[in-house]
Amino acid sequence: MNGRRLWAIMQKEIRQLRRDRITLAMIMVMPILQLVLFGYAINLNLRGLDAAIADQAQTSGSRALVMDMLATGVIRPVTSARTPEEVVDLIRRGRINVGVVIPPDFEARKLDGRPVAQVLVDGSDATVAGAAAQLAQTPVDSRLPDAHAPYVSTPSVPRIVVTSFYNPERRSAINIVPGLIGVILTMTMVLFTAIAIVRERERGNMELLIATPLTSTELMLGKVVPYVLIGLVQTTVILALGRWLFDVPIRGSLLDVYFAALLLIASNLTLGLLISSRAQSQFQAMQMTFFIFLPSILLSGFMFPFSGMPRLAQWIAELLPLTHFLRLIRGIMLRNAGLLDLWGDALALVVFTAVMMAGAILRFRKRLD
Amino acid sequence: MSDAPAIHVRGLSKRFGQLLAVDHVDLDVPRGRVYGFLGPNGSGKSTTIRMLCGLLTPTEGEIEVLGLRVPQEAEALRRRIGYMTQSFSLFADLNVGENLEFIAEILGVPRERKRARIAELMERYRLADRRKQLAGTMSGGQKQRLALACAVMHEPELLFLDEPTSAVDPESRREFWEALFELTDAGTTLLVSTHLMDEAERCHRLAILDRGRLVADGTPGALTGALEGRTFLVESDDPRRAQHALSGAPDVLGVAQVGHALRLLADAGQGDGFAAAVEQRLREAGQAARLRPTPPNLEDVFVAATHPGEQERAA
Repeated sequence: MNGRRLWAIMQKEIRQLRRDRITLAMIMVMPILQLVLFGYAINLNLRGLDAAIADQAQTSGSRALVMDMLATGVIRPVTSARTPEEVVDLIRRGRINVGVVIPPDFEARKLDGRPVAQVLVDGSDATVAGAAAQLAQTPVDSRLPDAHAPYVSTPSVPRIVVTSFYNPERRSAINIVPGLIGVILTMTMVLFTAIAIVRERERGNMELLIATPLTSTELMLGKVVPYVLIGLVQTTVILALGRWLFDVPIRGSLLDVYFAALLLIASNLTLGLLISSRAQSQFQAMQMTFFIFLPSILLSGFMFPFSGMPRLAQWIAELLPLTHFLRLIRGIMLRNAGLLDLWGDALALVVFTAVMMAGAILRFRKRLD
Repeated sequence: MSDAPAIHVRGLSKRFGQLLAVDHVDLDVPRGRVYGFLGPNGSGKSTTIRMLCGLLTPTEGEIEVLGLRVPQEAEALRRRIGYMTQSFSLFADLNVGENLEFIAEILGVPRERKRARIAELMERYRLADRRKQLAGTMSGGQKQRLALACAVMHEPELLFLDEPTSAVDPESRREFWEALFELTDAGTTLLVSTHLMDEAERCHRLAILDRGRLVADGTPGALTGALEGRTFLVESDDPRRAQHALSGAPDVLGVAQVGHALRLLADAGQGDGFAAAVEQRLREAGQAARLRPTPPNLEDVFVAATHPGEQERAA
């Protein structure tokens, strides 16, 4: 290992990167774009669902119930209906997501303690249905006026209990932003290094480089280190924007956050190098990157809860760096855990990095055959 | 300078699957000379050079370059050789100065000498006014000069050049060769591969490769001299018909049209009767033609060396 040669490779990478405007733009724009997309558009906290309300009772009590529901802002009446059949038809035609039916015997049911209203939900939209199912499990809030007390959930028909919508902890950005650091780092870091060595092979630079005293380790490290800095910049951008746009707290230590990010960056960069040493073309490197990226997004717990996945999927997920990073970063940012409390996941990332780096260096031959 | 050859090769072969790209080549390259590899595309020139540099592992055979065994001692060798690849292999998105600096660092030019060495090379290869130009935007000749400057950065004892001027105009090519002779004056050994006859003529010594086999080697003068008396110009009114009439004629190794005339290579051991016999054959085909002896050139050498009958005789 020769420091001069290592520095020469790093300097060359930085110079090339500086001239590559598109890649530079991608490095900065991608985190911002994803943060805004995930933060605003993919909002699990549903509001303004199109609704129709069929109040067949038309009593002061039923009208008060309807007003309470509308006051949550979750549903927004877009059309009127008189019978349950009309409501079902509107849902089927996609005019509304949610229908509320209050039967004519509303007052009598209220006195008997039977269910007083029915909420019909468009189950074909998993997010809407999920939200409704979650709501049905929420206990009835004691702050409700007595008149509404007899609400009972029936498992077959999801019912929105109005009170659950006031739950201040249902802000999805808080869950998404820390995970997004991991997703963006996985996508960009793996891709950049996956391309890095293949590109030199495609452009013919590699034949020149391997005919010099440059060693595999110098070449690999020199290519990786500049991207570590870029990864840390991306982390900073997401943290700052998350704070500014979505008020995402960092409850643990900022140093731990960066250290966790560093571990993920190292894992992804070395994984990218291993891909680079296998791929024959830049296109192939990109394909392999997405082969890693998709399971990372789907299985790591970023999109779906880890505990709900089948055993096999969990085993695969344990092999992905993003899974471990998500546990680290959520623990540090949201639960005020320290890196030491989560040492198992930190160690997993260190081991992953070491295995990938060794694999990449061993696979890379200073030969053309 | 020691008298041991710069490159000593015995029985070198390289197989890619079914293809035998290099077939039992023996080679001795003397020091301080320009040694040429002449052969058409696919004759194994690049593969041989890559094996000599330690970039490809030979299937069979022994290689000794500058006294080091290759590929076993290739790492030590890399500090002492320069290699100019067939296609431009410097960084298109770095400028001239940055490319030279990068190569100087990688090749370990002492820090205190680096600046002076780069300035010297930029001066010698007329790159000084292009220091800030991106390498990718330069012309073929300029790229070639930059590649040469990088290849000789560490003052190698031995320089491999793989078809260095195939993408360069004749003017740049002549200038490039002057630069190569400057290097041999300083004691550097050069191994140059080419498929251009005029370039091959400039080499001190030549090896002719054909389909992986070394079919002839020697100085250009000795190689052409061996064909003395076997080359003729056929002057005819209709060279194309005359060429047709001569195809398959006994003892004719090759006929090629050169302007209005035909260039004819006779088989070895042809007596004085040959010219008359050929003229007779042409007359029978209705062609009034005259044979005139002409000095042999390297193209004749190549045709003769790659002719199956000639190879059997050589073997």
